[in-house]
Amino acid sequence: MAVVEMQKLSVCALRKNRKAILEALQRMGVMEIETHAVQEEGLEVMDTAASRTSFLKCVERLDSALDLLKSYAPEKEGLLSSLAGKQEVTSKECEAAIADKDAILEVANRMNACEKEIQECRGTIQKLQTRIEQMALWMPLDVSMSFSGTAQTAAFIGTLPCVCDEAALYAYASEGMEDPAAISTQIVYTEKDAVGVFVLCLKQDKKTVEDNLRKHGFARPAQIENGIPAEVATKLAARVEENEKQIATLKEEVASHKDMKDRFKILSDYFRNRAEKYRQLGMIPQTENAFFLEGWVPKAQAADVSALLSDKFDAVVETQDPGPKEEPPVMLHNNKFSQVVEGVLASYGLPQKGRLDPTFIMSIFYVIFFGMMLSDAGYGIVMAIGCGIVLLKFKKLDPGLKKSIQLFFWCGLSTTFWGFMYGGFFGDLIQVVATTYFGYTGGPILKPLWFEPIKDPMKLLMYCLLFGLIHLMTGLILQGVESLRHKDVVGFICDTLSWFMLVLGLVLILLPTDLFGGMAGTTFVFPPFVVTASYVMTVAGLLIILVMSGRRKKNKWPLRLALGLYDIYGITSWLSDVLSYSRLLALGLATGVIASIVNMMASMFGTGPVGPVIFIVICLFGHILNLAINALGAYVHTNRLQYVEFFGKFYEGGGEAFKPFNTDNKYIDIKEES
Amino acid sequence: MSMGMVFALLGAASAASLAGIGSAMGVGIAGQAAAGVVSEDPGQFAKVLILQLLPGTQGIYGLLVAFITLSQVGILGGNMVTDTATGLMYLAACLPIALVGLMSGIYQGKTSVASIGIVAKRPDQFGKSMLFPAMVETYAILALLVSILAMTNIPA
Repeated sequence: MAVVEMQKLSVCALRKNRKAILEALQRMGVMEIETHAVQEEGLEVMDTAASRTSFLKCVERLDSALDLLKSYAPEKEGLLSSLAGKQEVTSKECEAAIADKDAILEVANRMNACEKEIQECRGTIQKLQTRIEQMALWMPLDVSMSFSGTAQTAAFIGTLPCVCDEAALYAYASEGMEDPAAISTQIVYTEKDAVGVFVLCLKQDKKTVEDNLRKHGFARPAQIENGIPAEVATKLAARVEENEKQIATLKEEVASHKDMKDRFKILSDYFRNRAEKYRQLGMIPQTENAFFLEGWVPKAQAADVSALLSDKFDAVVETQDPGPKEEPPVMLHNNKFSQVVEGVLASYGLPQKGRLDPTFIMSIFYVIFFGMMLSDAGYGIVMAIGCGIVLLKFKKLDPGLKKSIQLFFWCGLSTTFWGFMYGGFFGDLIQVVATTYFGYTGGPILKPLWFEPIKDPMKLLMYCLLFGLIHLMTGLILQGVESLRHKDVVGFICDTLSWFMLVLGLVLILLPTDLFGGMAGTTFVFPPFVVTASYVMTVAGLLIILVMSGRRKKNKWPLRLALGLYDIYGITSWLSDVLSYSRLLALGLATGVIASIVNMMASMFGTGPVGPVIFIVICLFGHILNLAINALGAYVHTNRLQYVEFFGKFYEGGGEAFKPFNTDNKYIDIKEES
Repeated sequence: MSMGMVFALLGAASAASLAGIGSAMGVGIAGQAAAGVVSEDPGQFAKVLILQLLPGTQGIYGLLVAFITLSQVGILGGNMVTDTATGLMYLAACLPIALVGLMSGIYQGKTSVASIGIVAKRPDQFGKSMLFPAMVETYAILALLVSILAMTNIPA
């Protein structure tokens, strides 16, 4: 349980070694470079934004080429392939790809250009299809849509917003004409609320007919195609096909580069790291011949780094412990078991400077409480074995993911333990199978090592609250340790010891009462000195809190006492914190009872030929569902107990995580050849 | 069939249905928000799915209490409850999880929606975002506890 000590390295070296030094530091990956605003005269920073942007553009192009390969030349991926980690490449392959980077980038560019063309073709197809759709209704027309008449005649092609038949249309169009016979009307199509019409008349009647039609809402189509609709449609369809062929060719071209995939990955990571190097480079103050660099290094590695820099690059290196006003970045170091909950801690907040790292203590309670909430041996075994297989099979997991899986492995073991304590193995599966299929009629087969919660929930509730009290007291003790570490004895007595005495005293007073006896079903009888001690402790604790809580107010006694009274009111928060641990019981019961419901439903189908099959199906489905939902619940509520109840007693997050300047590969792992 | 049985059944039915309604509404609104996030950033699927599922537990607690009631009053075999007072006691024991399950399911869903918003904007703050809906759930757990304690201590 420790926060790794950090030291500050100040480096001054020759400007010509600048890139080499940064590369060496990036490879080591143990230094977080601090950046300062440059203010002194003669110091300047190099503007690397342009080259950095160009590197990032290369990354972007390569990444999008990889995405294209994924969609146009998909490879078969297993369900768990995301766990397989980064691809391993040899340094020889790496060098080859870097030497060939222009050609490879060219290919990536070509692929991106192909994609652009594909998108353009798709756009064209879309447009063509809209045109075809608009034309579809006009198919019966056997003249061009833009036909407006011959030398002697005038034609009207368009729509009327009404439903009418040919006779009505004829009546509309020929209204008030001298020679109604000199007009030809045709209904091209009829829709729900409009008709498409073709009207032909003599040129001299054009005005009258047009007015007539307008009166009835005649409108020309929005899009007029030049040509006979059926022919136009055929042409358009041909163009659609052409474009589709083009897309297929382009896709094939993209897919044909799939053997470049590895090289794309190598180069993408290469440019990503160069961009990072240039980002750092752009923040380093330098003069004409020298440059300066400051950064944090874990104490254990500080000597190595400074030796490397001063021997190889003739740099001047100064090593310092963090000053009183400096906030070094936080890196945690714990034993193999406890480090699995570091992620849980980090998502609440890393410890601030000079604070304890509660990971070790937290890991113990975390695993125990998770087990109590899930509390089924069957589920625990499934979890532990599942996580174990993943851990054995995939050696190169992402470190954060690996820790989570290890955490669930341990939680699985703890769940198994509590499952046997409570006598739950997939609920009462063994019992149900024995009674349904083997005619067993005796007592319970799998006896709980401790007791079955549903038989005596009150008893378990008391134990849960007791565990909660222990957890909270541990938090309080950690707060005291923190005070003592900072040589704050007054704080230790007033903020830790006083509460410790008060809470313990109150608990000891409560235990022998009838109230508690009635709830727990057992009565405690303490020897008289314990009873006296409990009262003394309570009163002493109360007094200290009353007088000392507002000690920063010095001699303003009324205010000081008021603050003390307010703090004593905080005893209610202890009550609610302790009661909060009742979720250990409630969630534990939930798992067991729902598992029994599943078993009962499964066994309802009797012992006939299909009975066992249905039994297995329902059991599988039901238990997987129950495991999933209760594991989620256990995870969420274990986190809550840690974050709210436990951390509330002593812990404050807010430390900055240690982010060393390193090679940050997204796709590949370079295997050093031996 | 006695009146006692009617009341006991009424209790079991209300526990399962009211708490179930609460969860269904909570999971429903959280799911709508989650779908929106996934449409923008499919990588957040697992996180928002967990947040969506958080309000789902009330329904399970309701089911649990309903099941304990059914097995204790003898619907699933065993001695039937004949006494009206006992039946009413079972009904009363079911009420905490029924009512709290209904309301807390809905409100936990709303809190989940807000937490899904956190994940959408700052995916690294998932640990904290999970905590807010878990706070609401506390009261469902307390209600479940009272229901179970009451139920298991009703004199047969």
